[in-house]
Amino acid sequence: MADLGKSAGDREPILEVRNLVKHFPLTQGILFKKQIGAVKAVDDISFSLYRGETLGIVGESGCGKSTVAKLLMNLETPTSGEIFYKGEDISKLSGRALKAVRRNIQMVFQDPYTSLNPRMTVGDIIGEPFEIHPDVAPKGDRRRKVQELLEVVGLNPEYINRYAHQFSGGQRQRIGIARGLALNPEIIVCDEPVSALDVSVQAQVINLMDKLQKEFELSYLFIAHDLSIVRHISDRVGVMYLGKMAEIGSDTEIYDHPTHPYTQALLSAVPQADPEGRESRERIILTGDVPSPANPPSGCRFRTRCWKAQDRCAEEVPLLAVPERFRDSGGGAAHDSACHFAEEKDVVGAS
Amino acid sequence: MSIEPVEITPADAPGVPLLEVRDLHVEFHTREGAAHAVNGVSYTVDAGETLAVLGESGSGKSVTAQTIMGILDMPPGRITGGEILFRGQDMLKMSEAQRRKIRGNQIAMIFQDALSSLNPVLSVGFQLGEMFRVHRGASRKEAKAKAIELMDRVRIPAAKERVNDYPHQFSGGMRQRIMIAMALALEPDVIIADEPTTALDVTVQAQVMDLLAELQREHNMGLILITHDLGVVADVADKIAVMYAGRIVENAPVHELYKRPAHPYAKGLLESIPRLDLKGQELYAISGLPPSLTAVPSGCAFNPRCPLATDQCRTEVPPLVQVTEQDGTPITGRSSACHLWKETIHG
Repeated sequence: MADLGKSAGDREPILEVRNLVKHFPLTQGILFKKQIGAVKAVDDISFSLYRGETLGIVGESGCGKSTVAKLLMNLETPTSGEIFYKGEDISKLSGRALKAVRRNIQMVFQDPYTSLNPRMTVGDIIGEPFEIHPDVAPKGDRRRKVQELLEVVGLNPEYINRYAHQFSGGQRQRIGIARGLALNPEIIVCDEPVSALDVSVQAQVINLMDKLQKEFELSYLFIAHDLSIVRHISDRVGVMYLGKMAEIGSDTEIYDHPTHPYTQALLSAVPQADPEGRESRERIILTGDVPSPANPPSGCRFRTRCWKAQDRCAEEVPLLAVPERFRDSGGGAAHDSACHFAEEKDVVGAS
Repeated sequence: MSIEPVEITPADAPGVPLLEVRDLHVEFHTREGAAHAVNGVSYTVDAGETLAVLGESGSGKSVTAQTIMGILDMPPGRITGGEILFRGQDMLKMSEAQRRKIRGNQIAMIFQDALSSLNPVLSVGFQLGEMFRVHRGASRKEAKAKAIELMDRVRIPAAKERVNDYPHQFSGGMRQRIMIAMALALEPDVIIADEPTTALDVTVQAQVMDLLAELQREHNMGLILITHDLGVVADVADKIAVMYAGRIVENAPVHELYKRPAHPYAKGLLESIPRLDLKGQELYAISGLPPSLTAVPSGCAFNPRCPLATDQCRTEVPPLVQVTEQDGTPITGRSSACHLWKETIHG
């Protein structure tokens, strides 16, 4: 898994997002609606996803990571920007062409309690994608196909006639994963797939996802806020803040050599499951809350909470690129980071 | 069936612990029969001490807390045995009027979900001031002044201007601060925090935990922190009680537990944390599912999921016993409810 990510440079990305923007309009008035502003949920984001790779997206609530997922699934129309799937811009597709593309990009949702219809049997839930795409499994073959899928995700195939409420949280998430797998997709967008599960069950689901990725050569876009789980499963990680990508790089680049102050603060805020040296651990405690995305700060969006902020940060939007000072160093710090004053700092104490 | 509570000697051995739960039993009536949510739980907390109660959903950790606070819904809940001693006095034998005096005044609680715990139609200033009006007989004006003071203390910016705002006008972290302010209002001796940061982002979680620790030091309060987050526990706890299916399965000081757990469940939880050196490998996962409380397995409740389980584990409920070093010297504050604790801790 890890070595696939390393060789990513010389391969075609399976999914490429370019300058993606999503603004939700804020309106005033009842009869004559007038736009008075916009919630800038996603503001100019670019990244690519390669075959067989996991790209983790982390960030606090409200940073736009779930909106990115919805845009990729074509559940929202982007305000501007392109999403290329195998070289074709899917954000402008509709009708039959869109349906064909959607088959290849599936989603696993966060909450296994509300994302499964309580009035449908497991067989109907997992088999429903076949109704929409009958070419994948002919009618007579569906039941067998569903049972196969149940077995793949580690559930008893005899449970096919049960309802969602008869399963525990972890089992429900397996059903959600089976539904995502039904159409043999190439990309699965996972929006917080384990955060609603008990600690002892999370590891089971993560292992299952890992196994399925190897078996079917899936690409995952893994959205989560648990940084240790993201590190475990991801080849590359992107850190989002207020609708923008703050930093993106391989897992070691982000976790061991973060150069963006927000990434450093985020990593240092994660409680370590090891009480040794807890008194001496250096912690960056950010002050205040995330500003409203309807009225983001000028220049660098992180500057209102940043301890390094200077006048330049208010005037100039930092570009997501390899910082100049690290460009020739070739070390772990040489990765994309959107900060004027990027500096390497080992906050986790990994080295 | 009850288990003898073990005497766990606190580090500085004061006469009477600040708060002591002794062999508490709570059950719920459900259509499937009685659910034994709490099954002989005992723990103590002293002034200035942080006890972390660690467990998954359904382990009984929150029900124990609600019973201590006296806010358990009865029915369907029922306390079938045990004592809750506050400064040596059994609160379960007190009248409702007496308990009300303790609640908020001496023992206060911080809830997980601040948005649903605060009243949406009353301003936060009114809700904070209510503590002083009801418990201290303060006038409305005094109460508002106190509310502003409290909001300042939990570092809500521009407290004076925001005192008349409603809960929905605050962010999640700010709301949790208001919950903390409310719990602190009457300077209680014990604070019970039930998953205080689970709904918050990590950066805000760090702020809130920092604030809580600082205020605890300032007032020398006992803190019972209920959580499932092994990271938060490692950061703030002095000692830990691990709960599983309504029982405490392991007691240990924080450094001891992380270094060498004495119960296979605690060990499994610690091993399932993703670690740097094991990236790309399969995570250790505890197999199976937490049991339903109406059908707890016989013997040790953990036996169907335990890699070490023997026939004894399937038939005999393991008592909570003192954990010792290999040479037999007892380890202070450590106990485990496992027939095979020796194998688990000493390998």
